[in-house]
Parts: sequence; structure tokens; C-alpha cells
Amino acid sequence: MQLQYVLDNFMSLFIGGLVFGSLYALVALGYTMVYGVLQLINFAHSEVFMFGTFATVWALYLIGADATTTGLALVGSLAFAMVIAMIISGGVALLLERVAYRPLLKRGAPRLVALISAIGASFVLSEIMGLRGPIMAALGLDDEFDRYVASSRENVGMPLDRTPTVQFEILGHGVTNRDIIIVVSAVLMMVLVDQFVRRTRIGRGIRAVAQDPETSSLMGVNSTRVIQVTFLIGGLLAGAAATLYMLQVGITRYNAGFLLGVKAFTAAVLGGIGNLRGALLGGLVLGVAENLGAGLFGSEWREVVAFAVLVLVLLFRPTGLLGESLGKARA
Amino acid sequence: MSSQVRPRRRRIGLRERMRMMPRWGQILLLVALALFCYALPLLNPPFISPPGTDFSGVLFTVAVYALIALGLNIVVGYAGLLDLGYVGFYAIGAYTVGILTSEHATWTWLASLPAAIVITMLSGVLLGWPTLRVRGDYLAIVTLGFGEIVRLNLINQEWLGGAPGISGIARPPSIPLFELPHLDWSTGVPLVDLDNTSTFLVFGVLDITPYYWLALTFVILIMLADRRVKNSRVGRAWEATREDEDAAELMGVPTFRFKLLAFALGAFVGGIAGALFAGRQGFINPETFTLLLSILFISAVVVGGQGNRWGVLLGAIVVAYLPERFRGFEQWRVLVFGIALVVLATYRPQGLLPPRRTVRAQKMEEEIEALETSDVAVAGEGPDTGDGPDADGAPPEEKGAGRG
Repeated sequence: MQLQYVLDNFMSLFIGGLVFGSLYALVALGYTMVYGVLQLINFAHSEVFMFGTFATVWALYLIGADATTTGLALVGSLAFAMVIAMIISGGVALLLERVAYRPLLKRGAPRLVALISAIGASFVLSEIMGLRGPIMAALGLDDEFDRYVASSRENVGMPLDRTPTVQFEILGHGVTNRDIIIVVSAVLMMVLVDQFVRRTRIGRGIRAVAQDPETSSLMGVNSTRVIQVTFLIGGLLAGAAATLYMLQVGITRYNAGFLLGVKAFTAAVLGGIGNLRGALLGGLVLGVAENLGAGLFGSEWREVVAFAVLVLVLLFRPTGLLGESLGKARA
Repeated sequence: MSSQVRPRRRRIGLRERMRMMPRWGQILLLVALALFCYALPLLNPPFISPPGTDFSGVLFTVAVYALIALGLNIVVGYAGLLDLGYVGFYAIGAYTVGILTSEHATWTWLASLPAAIVITMLSGVLLGWPTLRVRGDYLAIVTLGFGEIVRLNLINQEWLGGAPGISGIARPPSIPLFELPHLDWSTGVPLVDLDNTSTFLVFGVLDITPYYWLALTFVILIMLADRRVKNSRVGRAWEATREDEDAAELMGVPTFRFKLLAFALGAFVGGIAGALFAGRQGFINPETFTLLLSILFISAVVVGGQGNRWGVLLGAIVVAYLPERFRGFEQWRVLVFGIALVVLATYRPQGLLPPRRTVRAQKMEEEIEALETSDVAVAGEGPDTGDGPDADGAPPEEKGAGRG
């Protein structure tokens, strides 16, 4: 127990927690929306995120951004990388829906089987990334794409200079531009999605399918389209989260999605699965709680604190903090 | 549709033929099967025995997976509780043996086995007591958290051996009686290889065959016990709870207590598997007990056919044996395993060997559907019609993940 340490560094632990929490929240949104619509845990969502991290790095390779890029060029290349990552992740999410879910749902498979299919898809996606070198070698393209596929089981680093600069201080803790970018863009995107689901026509469709798939399809809602859009939104947000994650953490590898996916799913459950605002709240609470816990008990206990918080919350609020389903969110 | 139905019909035929046999015939057949399984490492049949690795070692792994699949089947298949942290029980079983025989005491393996079982069951009850009140999917994530908490504690607590783990774990007691030769197929015809023998019953370092025999014995014992429990009041209570918890409660089934019992019994079997693993391995470390293992266990149960003990056995064989058999394609095997999971889930959603009840429900479902479609063309179908016990007409948000 290092209570004094936590008290001394409360603000920096808190803000560090918020930064990670907003990343969790962005990924959690993908879990929560799919769960809200289909009542199934999209286990492969973590790999959608992982593809986004690689897309970020590759986009930066493509435009030749490196450690010397500064100023407006840096902002521009980051924005470009984020767009590419969102496209790739969204595409992977759509592909996932098409290959691993739709055939099952058509056959009316039990939900546990959909989970197994998702687990399988998760293995496939992460292994494709981990084997991209051998796959390219088999296609005879490894020389051409050497920079992209070399040592595919190892860590891949962000080519940019990620050193943050302090913008202002809160209670003695310097808030950096990196912190601001991550938290603000994450919250902004979540507000956008929330409004999308609340106000648009297709958003209404999403809520209708979440409430009652059969009745909504009788009412003329194209449930296949709704499910596709749900996966797409989750993928886009995971792609954005991936770029922000690369900005914060700086390295990725073929199995980088796993731990973040587990955390994000935990955040979704913590906030009340199927609840968009719950995902944001759950993500932030989880990020802050585990950072403070890591400060208190030592960083090796970080994950234990995260799961202990989850269990405690579920004991007292069995449906999560906000505990409301996607269908019940009213416009 | 018809191509989908036909293979199912044929398999039911096999099942019914088995049931139509006189009782002594059934027992004889099962005993013969058991004997064949015991003899498998000695027969060392070509093609089945994986090239380049120790066949007995692979068989031992398969037997431990089978044991775990049987235990997890009680929780997932019978009681319908999705448990993503089953590896926690496996780890607790292994670590209890490790601590009692090496790290903090010098018990024998045999003495530590009951202790491991009791402690794992207790941990099952301790996990279940607060968490079994939460609903399906929440239970999944809570159990997942439990598995991770167990693993991280094993890493972080110096008292539990820390990251390096525990070594020098006691082996099961040896009773050297006689030697059995293996067969050698390298020339194409079976030859008795007198240089390569297994001593009955010596639990050494090099020869894994006795460990396999021990594990297989446990598998058979658990299969017999499982059969008794499944066909008892307890098994029926689990089934009722799985199908409709509220209705079961109204009918006077104390569902919470039965769910807790399922957790404890599942943990019991997991504890045995952990103890066997520790005894064979001699050393254990936290990295063995990752979340991935939990996921493999769940895959074994669902791929095989949750709720059917022969099915989950088959699932365990698929999950544990196939990757070993195709070790030659080392780097591609996880990819292939993933593809196999997706394909299996798509084309055999009820598992390779679904329980009899599911098959029957499926058949009735199809008949009703045929009648309906011949009467009136029914248009929009919900996403969750057509599966066996799950198609009970309940709205989707009320269904637990473990059901169906």
C-alpha cells in the first residue's frame, strides 16, 4: 500500500486513467452496440482494433512520415492515419459480420455457438496478422512489402515522434497535448455516435432491432442493414481508438488487441452492456480505477484491480452502472 | 435443407442401434472401447500417432482435456452457465498439489489430490456464491475476471512461487509390476519393440504412458459418475434451470443452489485435471494457465456438442489432438484451428455430437416448420428461430448466454 504516493500523484494518476479510459470506451462502444442489437459478445472486436493499429503504422509508412515530421505535417499525417485506420477497421468489422455472424444467424444458431465462431474469427484475424510475412512470402511479394511484413511476430513501432508537450497544469500535474487530443477526440466521437443512434433514421432502426428484432422486421426495418451499420460503427470507432492508442502507447503486435479487448469488454459490462453512455462511463471509471489501483498496490496489480472493480460493481448493480439497454434509449 | 438433414438421420440410427443392443452387449462394447484406449500408446498405430512427438504425451494431453471438457460440460452444457474462467480451477488444482508437495510441504501426490479437490471445490463455491446471481453474459465476464485474477495472483504472490512457478512437484506413487512392450511400425508391419517398454506402473520422467493410463482412468470414472448425476434429480434440476430459470424456480427447484452445485462439481473435475497435470509435469508456472486455455476448453465443449458427454469427449479430442497431429505445420495451426471453429460453428451449430434432446427438438422444429410453410408462407423470421432447446419463444434479452 502506497497511500502517500497516490495522494501525492493523484492528479497525474487520474488523468492517465482518463486517457486510457477513453481508449477503452471507444473500443467498448463496438462491443456494446453489437451486444445491444444481437445479444452476443463480439469476441473478435479486439482484432478489429488490432488491424487499426497496424493500419495506422502502415498509413504513416505510406506517406513517408517519420520522426522528423513536425507541426502541421504531423497533425495532417496523424489525421490521414486515423482515416485509413477507421476505413480498415470498419472493413474488417463488416467482413467479420459477413463471414462469421450472418451465416450463423441465418441458420438460427444458438448464441454460444456465435461466440465460438467469433473466437475462431479472432484467432484467424490475429494469426493472419502474425503470419503476414510467411503469407506474403508464399505469394512472392515479401520483397516488395518488406517494410510492412518483416518480422511479423515482433513489435511494430510508431514511426512518428510522439513526445508530448505540456500545455497547462492542473493541481501541479502537467496536461499534455497528447492527453487532450486523445480524451477530446474520444469523447467527441462518442457524442457523435450517441446522437447518431438517437436522432437519425438508421439510428432509430438500430434501437428498434435492439428492442425487438421480430417486430421491427415486421415494421419494415431491414435488420441485416441495421446489423451491418452496427458493426461498421463499432469498426470505425475501433479504428479511431487504434490510432489514438498508437499515439499513446507507440507499439503494437499481432496479439495486441487481446488485453485491450478484454478491458474494453469489461468497461462495456461495467457501464451496463448495450448502453452507449454506459460504455463511456464504464471506460472512464475502469481507466481511472485501475490507474489509481496500480498506484496504490503497484503496477503488477493493475488488471486485478480492474476485475475486482467489475465484480464489486456487478454485485451491487447487477446490470452495470447505468444498466439500460440500447433499445430503451429514447430519442 | 435435405442435404442438411440426411447425415443427422444416419447418426441417430447409429445411436438407436446402440440402444437396441442388449445391455450386456452395450457394456461389452464400452469395455472393449476402454481397453482399446488403454492399449493405444502401446499399439502406437501409424498415422494416428503424430510423427516427431511422443504419442503418450499427446494422449495424456488429450485425456486431461477430456477430463476438463467433462467438468466444464457440467457447468456449460448441463446448467447452462457460460464460464470463461475455468482455467482458474485447473490452476488452483495444479498449484495446490505444487504447494503441498514441493513449495511449502512435502506431502505425497496421492495425499495432496484430495486436498486439491477440496480446495478447488471451495474456490468454485466462493466464486459462485456472489456471482451466480448475475445474469448470463455478466457471469461470462465475471468468470473471465476470476480466471485472470487467479493467474495474476500466481504471478504476483511470492508465496505462490511467483512468475518462475513451482518445480520439483511430487509424482504419483509407483508400483512396478511388469513391463509392456510398445509396437514398432517403422517397417510397415507391426513388430514388438522390446527396447521400448512401459513399466506398469512407474511414474517416471521419460515415459508418459502410465500418466496417460491414470488420466484415462479418471476420465472413465468421471464419465460413469457424470452419467449417474445427469440421470438423477440433480441432472433434471439443471436441465430445468437451463431451459427456463423462472419456471424452474416456480416449480420448486432451488435454482441458485443447483447452479452452485454445478459450479462446485465442475471445479471438482477441474481440480483433478490440474493435479494430474502438475503430477506429470513436475513443474508449473503461471504462464501455463492463460485465458486462452479457458477459451480452448469452451471450444472443446461447444464444438463437441454441449450437454452430451460423448460429444464433449470428441470435442476435447479435436481441440487437443488435431493441433498436435499437425505439428508439422506449426506456424499455421492456430490459423487453421480458427478457420475450423468458424466452419464448424456455421455448419454444425449443435456441435459434432449434440445431445439426444437437442436432436429431437431440432427434428420437431423442422417438422413444424415444414407444416407451417406448406400451410401459409411465413415471411419474416427472427434471427433466433430454429435451434433446439433455445427456441422457446422467449424474447432475446431474457436469454442467458449459456443457454441453447
